[in-house]
Amino acid sequence: MKTLRRYAQVYGALMRYSVIHEMQFKVNFLLWIVVECLWFGLQLAYMAVLYGHTESIAGWTRWQVVLLLGCNQVVQQLFHVFFVTNLSNLSELIRRGTLDLLILQPMNLRFLVSVKKFEIGNVANAGLGLVVIGWALAKLGQWPSALEWLGFVVVCCAGLLIHYSLCFMLACVAFWTVRAQGILWGYYNLFNIARLPAEAFPRGLYRTFFTWVLPMLLVSNVPARLLAGTLTSPGPLVALVGIAAACFAASEGVWRWSLRHYSSASS
Amino acid sequence: MGKYLHVLSIGLQNTLVYRANFLFRAAFGLIPLAGTLYLWRAIYGEPGAGAVINGYTLAQMMSYYLVLTMVDAFTAVAEDDWQIAGDIKDGQISQFLLKPIDYLQYRLSLYAAGRLIYTTCALVPVAVFLAFQWSAVVGPVSVLALGQTALATLLAGMLQFFIAYTVALLAFWVLDVSTFIFTQFALEYIASGHLFPLDLLPPWLHQVLMGTPYPYLAYFPVGLYLGRISGNAAWLGLGIQIFWVLAAYLLARLVFRLGVRKYSAVGG
Repeated sequence: MKTLRRYAQVYGALMRYSVIHEMQFKVNFLLWIVVECLWFGLQLAYMAVLYGHTESIAGWTRWQVVLLLGCNQVVQQLFHVFFVTNLSNLSELIRRGTLDLLILQPMNLRFLVSVKKFEIGNVANAGLGLVVIGWALAKLGQWPSALEWLGFVVVCCAGLLIHYSLCFMLACVAFWTVRAQGILWGYYNLFNIARLPAEAFPRGLYRTFFTWVLPMLLVSNVPARLLAGTLTSPGPLVALVGIAAACFAASEGVWRWSLRHYSSASS
Repeated sequence: MGKYLHVLSIGLQNTLVYRANFLFRAAFGLIPLAGTLYLWRAIYGEPGAGAVINGYTLAQMMSYYLVLTMVDAFTAVAEDDWQIAGDIKDGQISQFLLKPIDYLQYRLSLYAAGRLIYTTCALVPVAVFLAFQWSAVVGPVSVLALGQTALATLLAGMLQFFIAYTVALLAFWVLDVSTFIFTQFALEYIASGHLFPLDLLPPWLHQVLMGTPYPYLAYFPVGLYLGRISGNAAWLGLGIQIFWVLAAYLLARLVFRLGVRKYSAVGG
């Protein structure tokens, strides 16, 4: 319990520091929120154009897809809030040898590497995702029960954990190649399919791979279907939580193995 | 001219170092492409959907995205804009102001080198992908259209470079240009036809967008290939494209001149 409190305190300090740092560049801070809004608007516009030419896509109506985009936005932006900057920074820590300093801290190293920077700006964009979810639900004319909302929070956390664990494993490649920014860029391509209805993909290698190996077709689809009330069985919920746990365990294994390969860049 | 050929050859050698990275990038880029193609297949497969949407058959729609991918490989700016902004920020650009070398031509040579290597690397995964999608691919409507597509792609590459170059030059005035680069990229992404063929939009919006330079980066060359733009409209379009290339070139020169006046050679 005492350790937990210490970690909470340290995280609080890191958050405070990140916010203060961010506020030094106010205009830039606001511009980033606008840019992210623009990209989200782009996704909505894309679907609006598609639905201008069809009534439904693989059984999903227009507002169900808007709901899906909203869920994807929430998960993706929360991933930004807590992890993206830190993970893309790992290769720099290794290249410059700054990781040495962190190793010497009396804290869990993975904790420090993963959550050092807190991106407050993206909280606003995640909020925008929630607004769009509310909008879509109003258009669909239904409101989920308290239990469904609770389930939504759980599956969003599971999705967040999946993104974090997969991306963390990719970032660990930097222990061997030193430069690994391109890899995170590659991960962004995966986000592009996370916001599509899984049913649009025919059963086959592609769908199986992106459901069970890299579960992109689950992370946003399952929360959206939960809220839309189109889940027929609790199977996908259990699968998502189970895969999240498996991904996290795998990433811890990769992390320990990678650390053994670390040879400091400085003297 | 000779010295820029030399830059080109150095650029080729430097970029070759990243060939594995490029191969990886091109292969990863195919994942969302496959997603888009599946999405369109699902739309055409909906009960009650016609065989033709806005004049596009399924094969033409698939080909739109496949040709787009190739045009994109030829013309996309990869790291160029970030490097230019970096040169200005760290004062690296000072050496170009002092030597008899023109920065724009220097960057253009490096961009050309990067694109040559990238396209060659991207050919491997794209060819494999095409082999799987072969039944869905339609050829160019005519030899003339293919020639026009090639010319339009070349011009699109130049236009793309001048736009990226100009946006990167904003680094003369602001500390961090990344928001500008991303905003420009977002506009370009939707208005150039990267997400969907622009003629799927309501006609008035399509017309408005055609008044901007963006469609000439992607939609125009692909439209030529598919025969969506042909005859007089094709030649007129090429004329407009040349106009935009020249305009973007002059703007790039102007912004550079203004920027240098503001430049204070930090770290130099």
